Amino acid sequence: MSQPFDEISAQLRRRHRKSARLKWLSMGALGLAGLFLVLFFADMLVKGVPAFQQAQIQVEVDYSERASQLPLAAVQEEVRPLVSRGVLRLIPGRMEDNPELLGTTRMEWVLADGQVDQYLKGHHSKLRDSEQAVVDRLVEQGRAELRFNTTFFTRGDSKMPELAGIASAAMGTLMTLLVTLAVSFPIGVMTAVYLEEFAPDNRVTQLIEININNLAAIPSILFGLLGLAIFINFFGVPRSTPVVGGLTLALMTLPVIIIATRTALRSVPDSIRHAAFGVGCSRWQVVRDHVLPLALPGIMTGSIIGLAQAMGETAPLIIVGMVAFIPDVTSSFTEAATVLPAQIFTWAGEPDRAFIEKTSGGILVLLAVLITLNATAVVMRKKFERRW
Amino acid sequence: MNIQVAERSIAPMTGHSAGEPVTRNEEAHHELSIRVRDLNLWYGASQALKNINIDVYQQNVTALIGPSGCGKSTFLRCLNRMNDLIPGVRIDGLVEMDGRDVNEARMDEVALRRRVGMVFQKPNPFPKSIFENIAYAPRMHDLVSRKADVDELVERALRDAGLWEEVKDKLHQPGTSLSGGQQQRLCIARAIAVQPDVILMDEPTSALDPISTATIEDLMDKLKRQFTIITVTHNMQQAARVADYTAFFHLGEVVEYNDTQTMFSNPATKKAEDYITGRYG
Repeated sequence: MSQPFDEISAQLRRRHRKSARLKWLSMGALGLAGLFLVLFFADMLVKGVPAFQQAQIQVEVDYSERASQLPLAAVQEEVRPLVSRGVLRLIPGRMEDNPELLGTTRMEWVLADGQVDQYLKGHHSKLRDSEQAVVDRLVEQGRAELRFNTTFFTRGDSKMPELAGIASAAMGTLMTLLVTLAVSFPIGVMTAVYLEEFAPDNRVTQLIEININNLAAIPSILFGLLGLAIFINFFGVPRSTPVVGGLTLALMTLPVIIIATRTALRSVPDSIRHAAFGVGCSRWQVVRDHVLPLALPGIMTGSIIGLAQAMGETAPLIIVGMVAFIPDVTSSFTEAATVLPAQIFTWAGEPDRAFIEKTSGGILVLLAVLITLNATAVVMRKKFERRW
Repeated sequence: MNIQVAERSIAPMTGHSAGEPVTRNEEAHHELSIRVRDLNLWYGASQALKNINIDVYQQNVTALIGPSGCGKSTFLRCLNRMNDLIPGVRIDGLVEMDGRDVNEARMDEVALRRRVGMVFQKPNPFPKSIFENIAYAPRMHDLVSRKADVDELVERALRDAGLWEEVKDKLHQPGTSLSGGQQQRLCIARAIAVQPDVILMDEPTSALDPISTATIEDLMDKLKRQFTIITVTHNMQQAARVADYTAFFHLGEVVEYNDTQTMFSNPATKKAEDYITGRYG
């Protein structure tokens, strides 16, 4: 009649084995992915964290008449190669600003040359033996040490690694993203509102929908070419600027925002729309007073993720010229600027070994900002999540 | 062709003209509120309403009964043009209110919905405070603007809906925090706050427990002094309890439109009798 349990179990054994095998395989895949992630972070941290420290040495600065002509003369010959050239170059300017400095001699902590920094961090350096001996002596006297690297956060790019910082790139990123947000958020949201709430469901809107979805999957470098062709060549927007970068990234972010907004709008139940129509709302009032407020958390979440994507984008910005060498912090939307990922790209190509840690440091900063943005999106989604 | 169908469906109801109830309810008011003549409605190719003729009288409760899919909710939505929201709907025939065809081109559906309010099957308060649920529509229609007037209007609407005592201390809590029955009364209060002429109720108690249902039924009885109420219901006892007139819908047609008492004691058509006695449907 019916089979006994043992017999059925025997037949099932192979199936159970198979599912166990599959389970182990998928867990292995997850483990492997996790391992890569850990390795990546560890590598970045090991290489990047030293970038947040920079060698400084204490030297006697002689603000003499001669030093205002020849900055090198401000420090004793012995430590001259150990002090950052960038610092020495600033001395005449400082004397002009503060005339009372003239003729005084002070002990000051100044940025050391990048090679000293590398030497102190135990990396390969180009210091001569005699120079290394001086550094060793200074360390013994407590006159040379690694300190927190404020320069990295307050200055723009430089050819001298000890003076190179991310400030100009960070400012460029901020301004570029402001342009992106200002352009893509209103256009994206209104497009989605039209498609979702107003447009009839016909072939034309279906075609538009398909194209928007495809747009979200296009390689980003094509958006760069589009930006180059339209914004720079046709409209004459100045190249390398936050305006053109922001517009280009806006093209890329638009589909993301449109799709996120449509999903958010669709998740607002029709009963709310009916209620609003029932009390005599016009279509726009239904959207403005009832549907949009309920969809807003979803829209914000999607927009933040879209912006975070745009923020990490490099390829389209290279095409519109945003990989320029920008030593000064950008102050206007029509000035040449660079962005964080482009700065990382530039540093990664520098021959000087000291830039390796700058590269990793920049990546750490970029990652921190991106993780913060994405975490904000997740928190917002959790906080405003509404069940119907 | 259509006319023939109309004749056939009306044929059993002799002695009264199309759209009038078979028997008059002598206690009811008989000023015309909405006049429906030869109303046909198609969803794409399938016809959902066939030659509907009904006179709805003011300050009455008119119940629409009939098996599922018979077109009663569809008909209800014709009265405030909520069918406009559904793509592919085609309507012809006359729905006349206050001397105007509600489907005519220059009729503003927003104006129509101000005068013809609606309560839905599932309570659907706005996800705003109780106060805002009521105050939103009157403010939007510029019926009130001063804060004191708004407060007064909210209180009056909630009192009329029999909800004031229960919510007066928590007006600023979300409307969705109320129980199902309270939410439905909130929706009724929201509908009456704009002082409509007609209130359409689409199975207003089908999602509620018996006690809340009884409360809503009492409320309908009270509200009909001010408003014309048209309600769809699956509950025959409810129709018998609250309605002055009842229309029996079947397969998109009005089989019988009659005084409620007569409808339930001595229906004029065999179909209605079978349905009411539970022989089918």
